[in-house]
Amino acid sequence: MNIVTRPGPAGPDHDGEAAHVEALGVALGPGPDAERLDDAKPAAAPAARRGPRGSAAVLRSAGVRFAIVYALLLALSTAALASFLWWATAGLLDRQTEAAIRADAQGLYERWTEGFLPSLIMTIDERLNENVDDDAIYLVTDDHYHKLAGNLPFWPATVTQPDTPYPLELLRAGGKSVARVEAFDLPGGFHLLVGRDVRVRAQLRSMLTDALLWALVVVTVMGIAGAAVVRSMFRRTLAHVSETSAAIAAGDFSRRVPLVGRGDEFDLMAETINVMLDRIEKLMDGVRQVSNAIAHDLRTPITRARARLEDAALHADSEAELHAAIERATADLDGIVAVFHALLRIAEIEAGSRRSAFCSFDVAPVLADLIDLYGAAAEEKGLRLTADAPPRLPLYGDRDMIQQAVANLLDNAMKFSPSGSAVRVQAGVAGAWAEISVTDAGPGIPEAERNRAVERFYRGETSRNTPGAGLGLALVQAVATLHGGELVLSDAAPGLMATLRLPRDGEGASAAQPAPAQARVVLPEGHNDLR
Amino acid sequence: MRILVVEDDKDVAGFVVRGLREAGHVVEHAGNGRDGLFMAASESFDAVILDRMLPGGVDGLRLLETLRAQKNAVPVLFLSALAEVDDRVKGLRAGGDDYLTKPFAFSELLARVEALARRGKGDGPITRLQVGDLELDLLSRQVKRAGQKIDLQPREFRLLEYLMRHAGQVVTRTMLLEGVWDYHFDPQTNVIDVHVSRLRQKVDKPFPSQLIHTVRNAGYMLKAEAA
Repeated sequence: MNIVTRPGPAGPDHDGEAAHVEALGVALGPGPDAERLDDAKPAAAPAARRGPRGSAAVLRSAGVRFAIVYALLLALSTAALASFLWWATAGLLDRQTEAAIRADAQGLYERWTEGFLPSLIMTIDERLNENVDDDAIYLVTDDHYHKLAGNLPFWPATVTQPDTPYPLELLRAGGKSVARVEAFDLPGGFHLLVGRDVRVRAQLRSMLTDALLWALVVVTVMGIAGAAVVRSMFRRTLAHVSETSAAIAAGDFSRRVPLVGRGDEFDLMAETINVMLDRIEKLMDGVRQVSNAIAHDLRTPITRARARLEDAALHADSEAELHAAIERATADLDGIVAVFHALLRIAEIEAGSRRSAFCSFDVAPVLADLIDLYGAAAEEKGLRLTADAPPRLPLYGDRDMIQQAVANLLDNAMKFSPSGSAVRVQAGVAGAWAEISVTDAGPGIPEAERNRAVERFYRGETSRNTPGAGLGLALVQAVATLHGGELVLSDAAPGLMATLRLPRDGEGASAAQPAPAQARVVLPEGHNDLR
Repeated sequence: MRILVVEDDKDVAGFVVRGLREAGHVVEHAGNGRDGLFMAASESFDAVILDRMLPGGVDGLRLLETLRAQKNAVPVLFLSALAEVDDRVKGLRAGGDDYLTKPFAFSELLARVEALARRGKGDGPITRLQVGDLELDLLSRQVKRAGQKIDLQPREFRLLEYLMRHAGQVVTRTMLLEGVWDYHFDPQTNVIDVHVSRLRQKVDKPFPSQLIHTVRNAGYMLKAEAA
């Protein structure tokens, strides 16, 4: 059978004219890419609600930016996948065709060496007859390119170089077709042309192209829909946070950011925000409680001072009486100032700004000094002040604060101890803690009230008639908290045992972390002189 | 003594100036930082009482820093409503010699200013203090009154030393806590009074005349009868 040939344009068709059936099956079947796109479909249903806004405002929205990034990434990855698919299939088909042509030509050349031209012609005729697919192309010519055998009518003008693949357009019975041919020079000036009709493969290739183009369209649609979903998810999640914040800003402190329950990053953020809100609420409660306490507890001494002054102004009969009244009012005001000072000091400690003055120091001499300072006063009151402390007790903290905290505990113990009883100061090490306890034989604090005893302005029932503002233990508690320790109140039966537990320093702690312990010593240069 | 008061609050300034004059001092007053700096730099004072927050662009800290930069070593006492420990540290770092927070008792202010003004005047290290017939030897750490040896605990010795160094001046309980015990808070218990009364037992009781006097509403003063 003869085929009409036309010199084909060598150009865009040069690469990948052919498509292999098997390769196409892979490309067009429901591959991983297609599956992913299908999965994305249902998620695209709740599309974004987009408000009527200017384009600049839209771009300023983080949700829109995330959505755009999402769409771009999807498009880029799809394009990369398609390019790879295209290169792999089309390239493979081309290489396979060329390999077949070369194998064919090799066989024919062997025939030539065996029986020269007649044997070659016979073989070509045989092969053409046996070729079921009707895709083989052969042509044998003499040195003037006159046809001797084969199924091409004449030598195509475009094929000039031997051993180089050329594309060739054919006109066959079924219509236009495309082939790939290669020329080989034979001894004696004969020329051999071997080729393959790649029409079927070209069709498969165009199907692949179509499929990939459609995939691109689908990906674009999916990208837009997915972007909308991303944006609306983003907005919905942030809407919870901003709603809650707005409610809290408006004064509703009971609101919390709802958790989705998936334990994802958004839940984590919501939890962090909620913890922060809890802390803020607690602080707010503290402030409210303190301001209420100030309002109540300072009203009494202020009223007293005011009454004294007014009474003296109205009723004082002599200058001496007037002076006495003024002096008493001044003393009342001094008491109020002392309360303010204590409150501010507690607030200052709680704010934690004084951690810069922390250093490693031995608390044993500090305790000895305090015992020395209070010992005389205790004796005066008929109390026995005893101390039981190790020769060295290293701590890491603020020396002045711990001094004041222990002094407050001693003040309390001495205030509530009945005459003739003992006040015991004990210090020691308990595991990772250094413990300093002050025990008295006073009335103690009922168990139910011990938690409240460290609050500002707490006055026990039994201490209503003793002087003081109820700030001493609050300060000790603040010092303990700042140092990462605690204040433990327990029953000494009779009396109260107040234990200040602070994290240890020195041998144990510095062995565990030698570098910070070294650095700590340097920090507070001469702060004791400065205060 | 010549004392400069730099304070913008008229009531507080008037009260302080009057009180200091009554105590026998010569007092100048500046109502803002600029005038205060000018006066402190151009005239000679024995002490300066300085507010932290002042109008006129120069606050107390800047005033003092400028003064110290000019090698002016006049004793300066800060009188400020800024009461946090950090504020205090800042004030002392800037070159202040003492720091008193508002509100304050005038007796405390007076005692501290007088202590400051006299502090700089010692010539060389002192090894021996004497008030009336009371002698204190800082080297041998011995105390004698009228030739009779008195045995003191180390802390009592330091308390007496502090009182004798400020002989003739009022010394407040807070000053004693800071100067003798290095404590910067006021205990509720009257610890200082007890220590002073113990010291009295040893220093005054066995002798006909009293040296340690209680100053009502202020503190203590050690002075010889004749003075």
